[in-house]
Parts: sequence; C-alpha cells; structure tokens
Amino acid sequence: MSTEKTTKKSNKSSWYFLGAVIFVYFVVYIISPAQAFLALEFFYKLALKLIIIFAFVFIFMVIVDLVLTPARIVKYIGEEAGIKKWIFIIIGGILSTGPIYMWYPLLADLQKKGVKDGLLATFLYNRAIKLQYLPLLVVYFSWAFIVLMTMLMILGSVAQGIFIDWADKK
Amino acid sequence: MKDAILKSARALGKMLPIIAGIVMLVSLANALLPKSFYSSVLTGNNFIDPFIAAIVGSISAGTPVVSYIISGELLKQGISLIAVTAFLLAWVTVGTIQMPAEGLALGKRFTILRNLSSYVLAIIIAVIIGVLLS
Repeated sequence: MSTEKTTKKSNKSSWYFLGAVIFVYFVVYIISPAQAFLALEFFYKLALKLIIIFAFVFIFMVIVDLVLTPARIVKYIGEEAGIKKWIFIIIGGILSTGPIYMWYPLLADLQKKGVKDGLLATFLYNRAIKLQYLPLLVVYFSWAFIVLMTMLMILGSVAQGIFIDWADKK
Repeated sequence: MKDAILKSARALGKMLPIIAGIVMLVSLANALLPKSFYSSVLTGNNFIDPFIAAIVGSISAGTPVVSYIISGELLKQGISLIAVTAFLLAWVTVGTIQMPAEGLALGKRFTILRNLSSYVLAIIIAVIIGVLLS
C-alpha cells in the first residue's frame, strides 16, 4: 500500500472514530441525559485547556519544520562522525516529525549504506521525545518529571543502541 | 515559511479528530466510570502494575498527545506514577501495530529486538522515575 493511500485511509479512519464517539455520546444521552451533560461539561473544560496548548504546539511544529530536513540528518551520521553521530542521531530523532512509517524508507536506505542498527534504534527511540508537545505534559505532570523522563529516555536510547549493536555481533 | 505553516496546520488538523475523540472518551469515562475502575484493572502492586500498564501501552495506538492526555487522567484517577509512566513510555516507544511495516523495512530481528528492548526500557525508566520522585 502506498504512503499516500495509507495516509488517506488513516484520515478517514480518524473521522470515523470521532463519529463513533459522538454516536456513543448520543446513546448515553438517551439512557442518562444527566451523565451525558456531565461528560460534555468535563470535555468543555479539558478542551479549553488544550486549545491554548495547541497554539504553542503549532508554533513549535512550524519552527521544527523550517530548521530540520531529512537530508540534513543524513549528513551528520556517517561512520566517520565518531561519537558525534550519536549526538546527531539523538537530536535528529527528537526533532523529526510526521508519522513513523514516513521514516522507514530513509532508515532502510541508511541501513543498506552501512549505518549500524543501533543508531537506527536510537533514532526511533528519540522520536518518542516530542519537544513541541512538552507543554501539554505540563498540564498533568511536574517539570521535574518531564525533565527526568526526557533525560532517562535519551540515556535509554543510547543503551538500547549499544545493546542492539552488541546483539547484532552475536 | 508559508509551506512550513501550511504543513504544520495540515499535520495538526489531521490529528484533530482523533484528539477530539479521545478527549471526549476520557470525559465520558470520567462521568461514567467510578474512580475504582482503573485500580480494578491494575492490581495496585507496584511490582506487577508497570508490566501490565506497559503491555496496555504497547498495544495501544495513537499520537503521543493522546497518550499524554490518557496518562494524565490515569494519574488523576489514582494510578501509581510508576504504572502511568510505564504506560506512557510503552505507548510512545513500542510500536506493536507498526511492527509488520517496520519488519519489512528494517528486518524482523531488528524490529523484535527494538520493540522488546523498548518494552523493558519503559519499565526500567518508570521504576527509576517512581523511586526518584516518590
């Protein structure tokens, strides 16, 4: 299935999902209007919080899109880059955007060109760190949690990369 | 600049129905489910809960934003920080749904190793965070 077809299918599915949730609300309203209104009130309060956050998220996304391109990432992770390649792969993973499957062709190409599996794993792990979405985490978690989790994820990603390279040699 | 704005708006717009749906479901769960619901799914045991939570996170699919919202709400429901963190980390690092595609692109062995080690890392990091912040 082509990426374009997958994206279109995914877009349709997301609208079907929202439609199904609205239908569930309708069913709840028929059974118990009071609980449906209670849920809507909760939704309204939560949505208000999220709208402001999404404005920040949008600004982050634009900045990241302007600064980072896949070609720029490739440039800095060659074998001769030494320890720097780990740093670049971590930064590349953190700043990369878009669905994960968009990155598979590029990573498969890098794998064929001799980039170690450990680096690819580190890149994929760091994709889970989304700087642009961090303001959203603040709604629920403390800054201490966010900073600690981010640091441990970066360290963990390197450990995972080293482990996968070690396993490849076995 | 214009392209970046349009691309970002499109990306955010595509996520909107899913996020709206999840926020609506979370709201509904808050209205309908008693606070004891999640604690009945999880055992309350700090040793077993991270494993269960990480399994649930691993098989869940969606954007990181959705996992943040659900995790935050789980925390409010009284689920332990270790279990919630394991759930959140497994959600964003383990890709059970994407495994077939990842396997085709990067190899089965790589995919299995990466996802299994991500699952284990989710639990290890959750425990460290839980110990340091409790």
